[in-house]
Amino acid sequence: MTIQDNDISSDLQQRVLESIANKQPLYIHGGNSKAFYGNTVDATPLDISPHTGIISYEPTELCVTLRAGTLLSDLEALLNNTNQILPFEPPQYTTETTIGGAIAAGISGPRRAYTGSVRDAILGVKIINGNGEIVSFGGQVMKNVAGYDLSRMMVRSQGTLGVILEVSLRLLPKPPKEITLTFESDQKSALQFFQESRLQQLPITASAWFNDQVYLRLSESETVLEQSKKKLGFDLLSDYDDFWTDIRDHQHHFFGRTDKPLWRLSLPPATKQISSVDDNQLIEWGGAQRWINSNAPANIIQNIATSNNGYAYMFKGDLPETPCFPLLDQPLMLLHKQLKRNMDPNGIFSPGRIYSGL
Amino acid sequence: MSLDTNTRNNLLFQLGEILPEEYLLTSEEAIKPYECDGLSAYQKLPVAVVLPETIEQVQRITKICSQLKVPIVARGAGTGLSGGALPHEGGIILGLSRFNKIEKIDTDNLTATVQPGVRNLAITEAARPFGLYYAPDPSSQIACSIGGNVAENAGGVHCLKYGLTVHNVQQVTIVTVDGELVTLGSQTLDTPGYDLLALITGSEGMLGIIVEIVVKLLPKPHAVKVLMASFKKVEDAGNAVANIIAEGVIPAGLEMMDKPAIHAAEAFAKANYPLDAEAILLCELDGSEQQLAEQIETVSETLRNANADDIVIADSADEQARLWAGRKSAFPAVGRISPDYYCMDGTIPRKQIAYVLKRISELSEECGLRVANVFHAGDGNLHPLILYDANKEGELEKTEKFGADILTLCVEVGGTITGEHGVGHEKIDQMCVQFSPEELTQFFAVKNAFDPDALLNPGKAVPTLHRCAELGGMHVHNGQLPHPEIPRF
Repeated sequence: MTIQDNDISSDLQQRVLESIANKQPLYIHGGNSKAFYGNTVDATPLDISPHTGIISYEPTELCVTLRAGTLLSDLEALLNNTNQILPFEPPQYTTETTIGGAIAAGISGPRRAYTGSVRDAILGVKIINGNGEIVSFGGQVMKNVAGYDLSRMMVRSQGTLGVILEVSLRLLPKPPKEITLTFESDQKSALQFFQESRLQQLPITASAWFNDQVYLRLSESETVLEQSKKKLGFDLLSDYDDFWTDIRDHQHHFFGRTDKPLWRLSLPPATKQISSVDDNQLIEWGGAQRWINSNAPANIIQNIATSNNGYAYMFKGDLPETPCFPLLDQPLMLLHKQLKRNMDPNGIFSPGRIYSGL
Repeated sequence: MSLDTNTRNNLLFQLGEILPEEYLLTSEEAIKPYECDGLSAYQKLPVAVVLPETIEQVQRITKICSQLKVPIVARGAGTGLSGGALPHEGGIILGLSRFNKIEKIDTDNLTATVQPGVRNLAITEAARPFGLYYAPDPSSQIACSIGGNVAENAGGVHCLKYGLTVHNVQQVTIVTVDGELVTLGSQTLDTPGYDLLALITGSEGMLGIIVEIVVKLLPKPHAVKVLMASFKKVEDAGNAVANIIAEGVIPAGLEMMDKPAIHAAEAFAKANYPLDAEAILLCELDGSEQQLAEQIETVSETLRNANADDIVIADSADEQARLWAGRKSAFPAVGRISPDYYCMDGTIPRKQIAYVLKRISELSEECGLRVANVFHAGDGNLHPLILYDANKEGELEKTEKFGADILTLCVEVGGTITGEHGVGHEKIDQMCVQFSPEELTQFFAVKNAFDPDALLNPGKAVPTLHRCAELGGMHVHNGQLPHPEIPRF
């Protein structure tokens, strides 16, 4: 596998400068694998996916710096060669998924609840800013408190604050071995199990509940796994090798339904069973992420989330008048707008992608 | 810039209206203790010190100050090492020491809701009965407050495995400069909108006043072991650090000390450190018994292959405490062998450790000042302690120059001017080395979004372009700053 070394930053910068001059907004995108995630932006597309290559990678530094258009699958393969992984296990909804898109959307995978999120792994970024300048924030070292943390702010900004050119990410050693255990359980007992396991220091790196079955991924050395398996007494999931990749990439058959909108509920992990929605659910992250296929009215689902101190995302599906992202309180939205106005004074970066006016 | 008499009188009158007498300090005697923080080389007296007790009081104070355009410097326990809480002579100190309650320990979601004045260690003490603890442990944890930890994005010895403050905080509530209460982050694992929680963490009191924090708690590890390895060559110790990581082990802590630091610490703490070693590594491992057994084996072998002279494995809590005692008392220990010392805080990529230590020792010889190196080797965070005598004329200036050279060196090898202490007042000039005018302007844009009149901790953390220009850190042509057409905040 070779990752093409292709630096188009000056072309991208030129495009940004032109759009500033012409007051012509841009829709920044990578592999378009998460095009559904957010509002449609009526603007000229700016494709970063040809901007590829590894800038530096030294395994002993636990850090990789790469261009934003690099395919996630290529990065994964590269890290795998040196027994390292991305701690946040980002989804690849299509094979075109880029690292820049993964950062901008900020969606983390099954490992999230155990080894941290996209933003936790960010060490630094290089971006084209709202004045068309190339600027860098953060760096390649983990401890760095010089200046405001603008690199983490690029996560979930969905292209509205700048064009991500390069990112530096913190890595983890690849666990020596992984197994998946499974047992039958109703939702209530599954949540209870997740609750107890939080205190038990088991080497869990992913958890799910679906269709009255709990799935746990354990990652450690062979002997530790053997011990944990014995202690827990659950069965080995032996006939479904790609289970976690399928959950991560939404290839699992739960995600195949298109007759109902797919909601994503982000909740405090110990939130009790949500019984007012009897539709199909898949729970991840020890209870902190719950996927729900439901035709229930949007405000019902949103109220369930809010009343549990969480958020409901209309992840996939066409519900008229229902924005993808939960609304922000007024004072918080005001801060967002002021930041957007100051960082993108010409309003050219993917305007309205997350919220209108942003 | 001090306040004019009218504004001053008006300010004190209005503050007096909303605060009980003992919450508003104005006499020189009363405000004197607030003249500096942990960086005592710099001192200033504020106009007044306010010590509010409720969020409403904080909101009203910021509204009064906003209206009168009076600077506000927030202060936690005042243990910061970069002068971040150094007062402004025309402004007030807003001390958060009365916000000292632990509001809730949530044993289901593993979080604690605390007020900003709560001491770092007090959180762990409150969580201990539930088998939980708060991971970030800056060396001042016995005294420093969690609000200050968030403001500085404090680190500690366990960052390599457990992260910095930014990785261990879930939600922060701030009062904005115009008195609005805003919650950043949430009790869930992600929050819609921009990551303002990350932005406020480490913002050094420049964006808002922190009034409540929800931190993550972790279950206490089942078992802990500490290894000490001694080396005849500093380079070998540096390489050992990289090799341990390469073996796929992430130690809970991985600390290094050089010969001068070993000698000072041993004389002070009697930790049984080998006095003939050029460097020692302290490696803490934690996890289940089985995990530990395997890791100890891997790490010991790696250390031996990296030419470690001697490896001591501390099993018992007592032995471990003794090994750590030397490291933890390194600062006061160095304080005993020199009238004054100046603690630096740069971070470098691990692979540069040996090179940077060599350069520091060359710089030390050039300027004739001794230096002891203590650092968080696992994450490349150096704390060179420059030994000097403030009573000798010109020695502080020489020390500052030496310190600045070390930080420039850190930036040159791909690191940063501050790993965990913050920029504050101290390293403001080095910011001109690390960031371009365009990057600094981006920081002004962020600051302006939160605090358009620049009333929160003015003059700290981010230098003005003029300041950088005066230092020669920036090219100024015909008296014009770069890109004069771009609005400057």
